[in-house]
Amino acid sequence: MYLGKVIGTVVATQKDKNLVGIRLLMVQPINEQGEPDGEPHVASDTLGAGRGETVFLVGSREAVEALPDINGPVDAAIVGIVDRVDTSKPAKDCRDCKDCRSCPS
Amino acid sequence: MTLGKVIGTIVSTVKHEAYHATKIMIVQPLGWDLQPRGSSTIAVDTVGAGEGETVLVLREGQVAKELLGGKRVPVRSVIVGIVDQVDIGPKT
Repeated sequence: MYLGKVIGTVVATQKDKNLVGIRLLMVQPINEQGEPDGEPHVASDTLGAGRGETVFLVGSREAVEALPDINGPVDAAIVGIVDRVDTSKPAKDCRDCKDCRSCPS
Repeated sequence: MTLGKVIGTIVSTVKHEAYHATKIMIVQPLGWDLQPRGSSTIAVDTVGAGEGETVLVLREGQVAKELLGGKRVPVRSVIVGIVDQVDIGPKT
């Protein structure tokens, strides 16, 4: 599973019948620091996530399990809206930075 | 299974029911040499792992479904162990 940020919506009128009624959002994968990490892609949403919200997603076969009662053709699904990310990992990798004087951690 | 280091947690109120009453952790994947490999991922903890600990991560949905129980379980990555030690090298 991975973190992402909702950056938009996708409308598709002609689609597989098992996708009818399923909200599709464009999601930018991010790392634990909130930085973009990979290409944006489309994910199903059953939780009502809004643009700009941080979410966590499941990909691959397990994404289908996020849909209610049907086996729709999805390979990415939003499974949670993130309230807060708690991490002690510093934003910069200390070994590459060497700027200790201005480092908060 | 792969190795990983727990580097944080996710707090989420609105989420799929399969994730209710679970601890959702941020894990940095590690290689056999315990060095970071690639971007961090999210995994559900089933063994009480804490931040900073090296863990075993399983990435298989069927087993995740059996571990967590439930009809529909959109979970793929699960922490299934805390690593004490990794020994790699020629036989002494």
